Formats: sequence, structure tokens, C-alpha cells
Amino acid sequence: MKKHDRVSFMKWRYLRQSLFFGSVRLSALIIALALLGIVAFLIAHGYRAITWDFLTLPPTDSMTRGGIMPAIIGTFYLTIGAIAIALPLGVVSAVYLAEYAKQGRFIRIIRIGVNCLAGVPSVVFGLFGLGFFVVFLKFGSSILAGSLTLGILILPTIIGAAEEALKAVPQTFREASLALGVSKWRTISRIVLPSALPGVLTGAILGVGRAAGETAPIMFTAAAFFTAVLPQSIFDEVMALPYHIYVLATAGTHIEQTRPLQYGTALVLIALVLGIDLIAIVLRSAVRRKKRW
Amino acid sequence: MRNDMILQTKNVDFYYGACRALTDVTLDFEKNRVTALIGPSGCGKSTLLRLLNRMNDLIGGTRVKGEILFEGRNIYAPNVDPVEIRQRIGMVFQKPNPFPKSIYNNITFAPKLSGVRNDGDLEELVEESLRQAVLWEEVKDVLNKSAMTLSGGQQQRLCIARALAMKPDVLLMDEPTSALDPISTAKIEELIDTLKKRYTIVIVTHNMQQAARVSEYTGFFYLGKLIEFDATEKIFTNPGVKQTEDYITGRFG
Amino acid sequence: MTSRVREIIIKNLFAFLAFISVLLLGLIVMFLFREGLPIFSQVSLKQFLFGTGWYPTYTPPEYGIRPLIVGSLIVTVLASLVAVPFGLLTAIYISEIAPARIKEILKSVIELLAGLPSVVLGFFGMVVLAPWMQETFDLPTGLNIVNTSLMLAVMAIPTISSISEDALYAVPRDFKEASYALGATKYETIVKVVVPAALSGISTAVILGMSRAIGETMVVLMVAGGAAAIPQGLFDSVRPMPASIAAEMGEAPFGSGHYHALFATGIVLFIITLAFNLFADYISNRFKEEGSGTL
Repeated sequence: MKKHDRVSFMKWRYLRQSLFFGSVRLSALIIALALLGIVAFLIAHGYRAITWDFLTLPPTDSMTRGGIMPAIIGTFYLTIGAIAIALPLGVVSAVYLAEYAKQGRFIRIIRIGVNCLAGVPSVVFGLFGLGFFVVFLKFGSSILAGSLTLGILILPTIIGAAEEALKAVPQTFREASLALGVSKWRTISRIVLPSALPGVLTGAILGVGRAAGETAPIMFTAAAFFTAVLPQSIFDEVMALPYHIYVLATAGTHIEQTRPLQYGTALVLIALVLGIDLIAIVLRSAVRRKKRW
Repeated sequence: MRNDMILQTKNVDFYYGACRALTDVTLDFEKNRVTALIGPSGCGKSTLLRLLNRMNDLIGGTRVKGEILFEGRNIYAPNVDPVEIRQRIGMVFQKPNPFPKSIYNNITFAPKLSGVRNDGDLEELVEESLRQAVLWEEVKDVLNKSAMTLSGGQQQRLCIARALAMKPDVLLMDEPTSALDPISTAKIEELIDTLKKRYTIVIVTHNMQQAARVSEYTGFFYLGKLIEFDATEKIFTNPGVKQTEDYITGRFG
Repeated sequence: MTSRVREIIIKNLFAFLAFISVLLLGLIVMFLFREGLPIFSQVSLKQFLFGTGWYPTYTPPEYGIRPLIVGSLIVTVLASLVAVPFGLLTAIYISEIAPARIKEILKSVIELLAGLPSVVLGFFGMVVLAPWMQETFDLPTGLNIVNTSLMLAVMAIPTISSISEDALYAVPRDFKEASYALGATKYETIVKVVVPAALSGISTAVILGMSRAIGETMVVLMVAGGAAAIPQGLFDSVRPMPASIAAEMGEAPFGSGHYHALFATGIVLFIITLAFNLFADYISNRFKEEGSGTL
């Protein structure tokens, strides 16, 4: 190539690079704006609906007025139930996978099982919850059935986060403890798990956020259109925030009239879910920064 | 009488953040000769090598003072494109790092980027480069196999061939045999000896025998400073500085 | 109890508890089939999968889910066409180009986007995008394939982006250095070396993103328009499988043909996503074991 050609060829190579970097930056920007746009839009349209009464009163006048208190309570119960089921089971599974398991067919099956469980569509969890908990075990549409369904749904998330947290604990910690003649279980429970606790907690919080926002799994297993009274036991149906949005937006007789309520409920739900996620993100970065090892 | 000086460093200081890694290094590299840079770990020899083709640009928070001249031109001048510098100053790394592509595509990677399109030209280039790296006979029938299937020594020769395919003027080698067995090492050293007819070679090595075997000139570095630079024979038989002598005779920490 | 015995008990107990995930997967399969298979006493598998009429409440009912399958596939493919470039480019930006500070922020943004409840996205598509589309393009309805695909893309982007980013990040530094040392530009290094080396991880990301999109329920329920017919154009309404299940399960009498048909639809959906996931698993393992192969 002649010198002149080479110069213009280099220019072309850099032009191509600039175009690519431009589109890469643009796509990142669009994604950030999409999140921001959705959140800002809901805030702009929803903030007027948020009053003390809205948060503390039940719906009235066939759900065209009043508040969303029962839905908040219901989501709270379902979420607590889900995490109460998924956290212990998830952490134990992660401990087994990270600390005990050796390579082999058994482990491979468990890993595939967890991966596949993570990929099951939420509506299929709903069907399963209906067929198994509601019908077969006769729990009926209830907090119990809904919590169990949501618990299974977030189980893979919890396992993944806990396993990652366990793997991040330096091998030297384990060796130091084992070398002192401490048994494997004591090493895990006294040394490894406490070191991994912040990471496990982050996973648990993310799991809570996920459970709080899900709709399809609770549609047939727990959620009620409207309940006159708050739930008295775990065998009662409950209202839930995501389902309430869906119902108001699609199934009411006054869809246009209740729009402010819909925006308000949606705002409460994303504030709750994104707030929970944000806590997890902040916690995680704080832990990373303070990490002593 | 010495040939042209193809590469020269003039009063080079180099900083990683606040930490100074090189101090006032002034050194000339003679064309078509092998220059070895030796010294204990962390002495700055690899850092200097990576300055010569601006590979240290890739690390954030670094700063260069002084000048590094390639054919008389300061490669750290603002209008100089590091990409063009690297096309003319090739590099071979400590650990063989072929791309996870076929042998053929490893060699043609860079020439294609710089505009060689013709299949015939590329094939010729592949054969020529592999022959120069004394790898042709071993791989000519498996050019489409993954480079990852080669042995460590073969991989390193492939990396040398890959660098040669750009027809560089200078070849920088950063401890090119430290990850290899003795037989592969011997092959690479032999190769260096034939390559110097066409290329200027700068080799960093922690192996003093290697420096003595392959190079004409040797620079000894210690704590980021060039302690002594001279003909290899002189350095190894009659060093001018006490620290150099301590190092090559093994009386050094 | 000696410490040795206790250790063995703990290990086996934990192994069993870890195995529960597999048991649950088995239970899911079992109950889907238990409630879904009875439909095949009323229709043949072929009629069910390829029949074009979905009229579960007519007498006699028709249980052909082809329109539902087509609806699911079309919104998934379109969503991927949007989500793959965005997700991949953003992953490249985060992993290779962005300054540290922006990188942290952007990773959080992606995570929050992943956390957006699907019902909120469905709501957004319904009350914002749909009326706007209807007006701007003068359509009979804004609840259509394009709208759904865009919303699904928003759901799939975080999956694609975060898994791709992990894959890009895992590409050994050696490869990049080799490329730069040969005089490649940053763009060339990314496109010709880094991305090809991360290809198996990126494929996994794309497959899992698609799996996420095809299984997503609330968005398709609220935005797709609900027409159980094979669409003729991109601005037609469709009724993807999850939408059908979610919308009709509430009304289908327990034990009826409709009820079983919805479970059978769930089986189809489950098998599709399972295939996606096993394929993703296969790809990521295959390349992990062999190291990076020839590209």
C-alpha cells in the first residue's frame, strides 16, 4: 500500500471505531433512559394519588375509591412467606453445592435442576401451585399456597446468590479453621457462613423484591379480586399489589375512572420493589468496599 | 562500529499512579541486533519493554516522562497513533497467547485488519511467517485446526509467526521462554538467532544464560534504574558496576 | 454422637435438601401432566398443537393452540431482534468501554430494569404506548404485536446484557494484549477477538433472554390484545400462550376440558422453555470443558 492509501485506510479504521463506540454509548443511554422514563412517568401520574388515606384505607365503592391497604398487607404476607421458605432451603442448597459437593453426576443433576427451575415461566409456577397446593393438597387459594409458589419461584435466585457469596470467601479461611482441627460443619457454620452473610443477605433481599412484584404465580393460588376483611389465617385469600393493578387496569367496570388509582398502585409497587432492589445494590457495594480480605 | 539506532529512550521516567517504576532510563537499541534486558523481578525491565510499543497505554493511571524515539520520532508525541506503532513494533508475551481461532486465522488476523484481502497473498504470508518461526513443517497440514491444540512451545512459535506476519521492524519479547520446557526454549533461542538478520530484537529475560547466549547487548536494571548497559560479553565477563557483578554471579537477593 | 457421625449426617441431609430443587422440577412436570394430559381424550395431540381454532367455551369446544404458539413465537422473535443488539452493545459498553463510575451506575440500572415488575411494564404498555401507537399510526388497536415485542424486549435486555457482560469480562486479558500488540484498534479487538471468544456465553445470554420473553406473562396478557387468531400483520393483536393461560384459568371450571387444555398449553410452554434452558446449559458447559475452540 502507498503511504497515502495507508493514511486514509487508518482514517477509515478509526471512523469505523467511532461509529461503533457511538452506537454502543447510544444503546446504553437508551436503556438507562427507558428505566428512567418509565419510573418518571409513573411518578408524574401517580404521586397525586398517594395520600395517607390511600395507603391506609381499604378500597370502597366497588374499588373505584378508597385505598390499597389490604393489597399492601397481602403482598407483605406473601413475600414474607416466600422468603421464609426459600431462604433456609436456598442457603442449605448453596452450602451443599459450594462446600460439600464434588464434581459428579449428582451435582450435575442438581445444577441442571436449579437452572431449569430458574427458567420455568412464572405462569407455569402458577399452574403448578394451582394443581399441587391449591387442589391436590387442598390449601385452597390462600396465603400458604401463594407463598409456597412464590418461594419455589425465588429459590434459584437465592441459591445462586448464596453460592456466589460462599465462593467469594477465601479458601485460606477454611484452611485455617480446618488446620486447627475444627470439623467441617463447624468451619462452615462458624467461619464460612458468617463471612458470606452480607452476600447471602443481598440475595435474599433481591428475592424479596422479585416475589413482591410477581403476578402470574399468585393469580390462581392466592390473590383475590377484593376481600372485605383482612386475612385471619394462612388459609385465607389476600389482595396483592401487582394483582390489584392488573384487576383495576383490565377487569374493572370503571377502567378510565380508576386510572389515578392504577397509577397510584403502580407507583407504590415500583417504589417498593425498586426500593428493595436498591437496598440490595447499596448493601452489596458497601460490603465490597469494606471487604477486609 | 555500531549500526543505526532504531529505538532510543531518552531520560524516561514512568509512573503507575504515584509510584515511580522507571527512573531516568536512557538506552539505545541497535538495528538488527539482539538486546537483552536483565535484572531481578520488579526491576522495571518488562515495564520498559511495554513502553517501547505503548502497551502500557492500556493500563489506566500511568504517566511517561522523557522521550522514546523510534526511527528518530518520539512515539509519545501527541499526534502519534499507538496502533501504527504497534504494527511496526511487534511483541511476544511471557505466556503464549494465541487467539482461540485456527492457526491460519491467528496469522492472518492482523494483516487482514491492515488491509491485506487477497487470499493468495494471505496464504503466502502464512507460509512465510510460519517458516520464519520454524513451525511450518509441523503445522502445514493442520492450518485449520485450533491454535489451542498446539503444544506450549508450538503456541509460542505461532505467536512469534503471528507477530512476524505484520513485517515489523522490531520484535519485543517479554520472557518468551519462561513458560516453556528446555527443548522448546532451545528452539526459540535458535529462532531468535536467525531472526536478528531481519529484525531488531529486544528480549526481557530473567535467565542470564539465555541473555548471554542470544544477545549482543545487555542492559542490567535494578529498582527501576538502568545500572549498566554494554556489549553482552563485557557485561558477563567484566562488568563495570559492582551491582551488576553481584547479580550475574548470583550473590543477589 | 461422635463428630464423625454428625458430619456424615449433615452432609447427607444437605445433599437431600439441595436435591429438593430437582424434586420440585419433577413435581412441576408431574402436576402439569396430571392436569393437562386428560385433554387428549378429547383432542389428538396433532389437533391440539396444529388446530387453528381456539374456542374452548363453545359447544362443541375447539382446542387448537396453533394461534397461541404462533403468537408466542412471533412476539419472542421480534422482542429478541430488539433486545439482542441493545443488550449486547450495552454489555460491550459496560465491560470494555465505560469508565469505572458509569460502569457501576449502568450495572445498577440494568439490575433495576430486571427488577421492574412485569405487571408495571404491562400497565405502561397498555396506558402509554398503546394509545400513542394507535393515534400515531392510525391503528384499530395499540394492543398489538409491535407494542408487546417492545415491552418484552425491555424484560429480556437485562438478562442478555448481564450474562453477556459476564462472558465478555471473562475473556482472558492475554487475548486483548495480543491483539493490541499486533496493531489492532480497540474496536477491532472487541469485535474480532473479545466478542468471538465470549461467543458461547453470549449465545447462552441470548437463549436465556428469549426464554424469559417467551415465558413472560403479564406483558403479553395486558398488551398483546388477546386475539386468538393467526396474525396477518405486525400491528395485529395476538394471544400468546401465557396470556391465554392467565386470562382464562380464572374462568375455566375445575376439571373441565378448558381447564385441562390450559394445563396442556402450560406443558407446551414448559417444554419450550425447558429446551431453551437445557440448550443454554449445554452450550455453556460444552465450551467450558473444551476451553475455547476454533472460531
